[in-house]
Amino acid sequence: MTTLTPVLTANWDQADSFTLSGYGEYSAAKKALGMEPDAIIKAVKDSGLRGRGGAGFPTGMKWGFIPQGDGKPHYLVVNADESEPGTCKDIPLMMANPHSLVEGAIITAYAIRANHAFIYVRGEVLHVIRRVQAAVREAYEKGYLGTNIFGSGYDLELVVHSGAGAYICGEETALLDSLEGYRGQPRLKPPFPAVAGLYASPTVVNNVESIASVPSIIGNGADWFAAMGTEKSKGFGIFSLSGHVTRPGQYEAPLGITLRELLDMAGGIRAGHRLKFWTPGGSSTPIFTDEHLDVPLDFESVGAKGSMLGTRALQIFDETTCVVRTVLRWTEFYAHESCGKCTPCREGTYWLKQVLKRLEKGQGTEDDLSTITDIADNILGRSFCAFGDGATSPIHSSVKYFRDEYLKHFEIGGCPFDRAASTVWGASA
Amino acid sequence: MTYSPEVRERLERDAKEIIGRYPRSRSALLPLLHLVQSEDGYVSDDGQEFCAEMLGLTKAEVVGVSTFYTMYKRKPAGEFHVGVCINALCAVMGGDQIWDELTEHVGIGNGETTADGKVSLERLECNAACDFAPVMVVNWEFFDNQDPESAKRLVDDLRAGKEVAPTRGPSRLCSFKDASRVLAGLSDGQAGEGPSAAGPSLEGLKIAKANGWTAPKGASE
Ligand SMILES: Cc1cc2nc3c(=O)[nH]c(=O)nc-3n(C[C@H](O)[C@H](O)[C@H](O)COP(=O)(O)O)c2cc1C
Ligand code: SF4
Ligand code: FES
Repeated sequence: MTTLTPVLTANWDQADSFTLSGYGEYSAAKKALGMEPDAIIKAVKDSGLRGRGGAGFPTGMKWGFIPQGDGKPHYLVVNADESEPGTCKDIPLMMANPHSLVEGAIITAYAIRANHAFIYVRGEVLHVIRRVQAAVREAYEKGYLGTNIFGSGYDLELVVHSGAGAYICGEETALLDSLEGYRGQPRLKPPFPAVAGLYASPTVVNNVESIASVPSIIGNGADWFAAMGTEKSKGFGIFSLSGHVTRPGQYEAPLGITLRELLDMAGGIRAGHRLKFWTPGGSSTPIFTDEHLDVPLDFESVGAKGSMLGTRALQIFDETTCVVRTVLRWTEFYAHESCGKCTPCREGTYWLKQVLKRLEKGQGTEDDLSTITDIADNILGRSFCAFGDGATSPIHSSVKYFRDEYLKHFEIGGCPFDRAASTVWGASA
Repeated sequence: MTYSPEVRERLERDAKEIIGRYPRSRSALLPLLHLVQSEDGYVSDDGQEFCAEMLGLTKAEVVGVSTFYTMYKRKPAGEFHVGVCINALCAVMGGDQIWDELTEHVGIGNGETTADGKVSLERLECNAACDFAPVMVVNWEFFDNQDPESAKRLVDDLRAGKEVAPTRGPSRLCSFKDASRVLAGLSDGQAGEGPSAAGPSLEGLKIAKANGWTAPKGASE
């Protein structure tokens, strides 16, 4: 049996966890600044840490791509835009434990030889922004940021930057454009940010949880981290359970834990109901069903079953939920958030929304089912950025597992489900 | 309406402080637009002109950016800007019903403001609090685990001028303009208020503690 391994969440129940006195001194940063930068990169490579922002790219390898001795300024940008539907881990992490992020940013910036770092936080989370701003201020007052940190001669400026409402700004190159003061639209890759990122200079973009994990790796050693998780998906991660679960919440566990194990801990699906479908890593990852309760939640195993680990955003729906309605609502989200730069995504998400609306109302035909999969086929792999691919995940996976439920809608000329039954307060009715 | 000399001077002082944090001045555009909203409650014409002047941009460049982002309001938001998450999970858990009953109760729709200027309503996408569904926010502070009755009571209280407190946030709600100032990067000194974490955020930790589960011991312990 896999058990929970609180590291980043371990101090969240302390009333002062978000203050420096509650967090403790930055001993890992102090240790790191006495090391060679390349030794830090090596430790993070050896730990096996892979990006926690969704794609799972090896973190140490990404840092290693930053050219050295190139005479250009380097930048670290922390991606705290957390807006993928279902994803809700970075926000409570920054609310309760912002110093783990600030300390991780210092170590990372030092390793990649950056003297300027940014934390780009989505704007709609005011108190989280206050907490991160306060943590940065405390770190400056202590001399952990600014000039000659720990007497090492190393200087770092860290700026907290608030976004302004745009899911696409979580995509790393759109984020960089936004941080430069432009509309947040993705850039063509290559060049990758490691070569030409912020202000066309070498830049590392990492997720909040990736960076916040770094102090524990430097403090405890790469082997300590690598001892958790699976062979290729090492370490711990925060699993976010939401929806029709008895005790939704944040569960920090080794990668490779299963939904069955997590549900056991969370008291199961809400009383009197059963699992129908779920996302392993947010709305952009193809849905799973009760067939997948025992799939190890690591990058490889989830991929082998046709989905993606993504951000471990486990949105859980019971049998009262209409899958067509849910997919329509995700699709409306994609249509709303498409940045409009490329045609397959801009037009495709719009048409998907129109056809799904018709289907949900029971006014569709079997042809409409082929239409939505055709449109999705034309978006997938043909869009400018990964947003477009993500928008097709709910479509393809729901038609694959729940074709009959789509058919049922136009057989009876409406939705066969009672919406009230799936609400929180409708549970007992 | 242009800014009075005093307001202009104050805004310039704030703007210069913000611009000074960035290696290149244009990076300060998003924060400056938040600053404008902290003065006017929306991205006013004068405010956008001000941003353009401060950053050496044309007004068209500023407008091109401000129109891209949903948090910049084209007309004045209410003193309390109320959002209801209607993304799939919250919608299913009851967000749709909350939205329907709330708009009916208040008598305004998406993006509209009450005649007294107190409350505006917005349909929100996922606000990264799904484990607290159905989720609402007011001036970007969390109001977790809502239902139609609590939502209507909340808005009634706001309109009646009663003090209300977010579920995870400071002990008192600030105005939309004050919130925008924090987003611009200017502190209001309230970070210390409210819990570290609450409810679902602590569920896993509680279970780990009850069972004596921890991560392996490391060198730093
Ligand atoms: C549409 C879209 C939205 C994204 N949103 C986020 C986000 O909110 N936070 C995040 O860390 N990564 C997000 N990503 C992934 C980033 O592009 C990038 O891969 C990530 O920040 C890299 O950090 P990591 O290697 O530490 O995971 C998004 C990607 C796409 C395509
Ligand atoms: S795929 Fe969508 S979000 Fe990405 S560039 Fe194209 S239009 Fe913009
Ligand atoms: S779906 Fe409402 S907060 Fe995530």
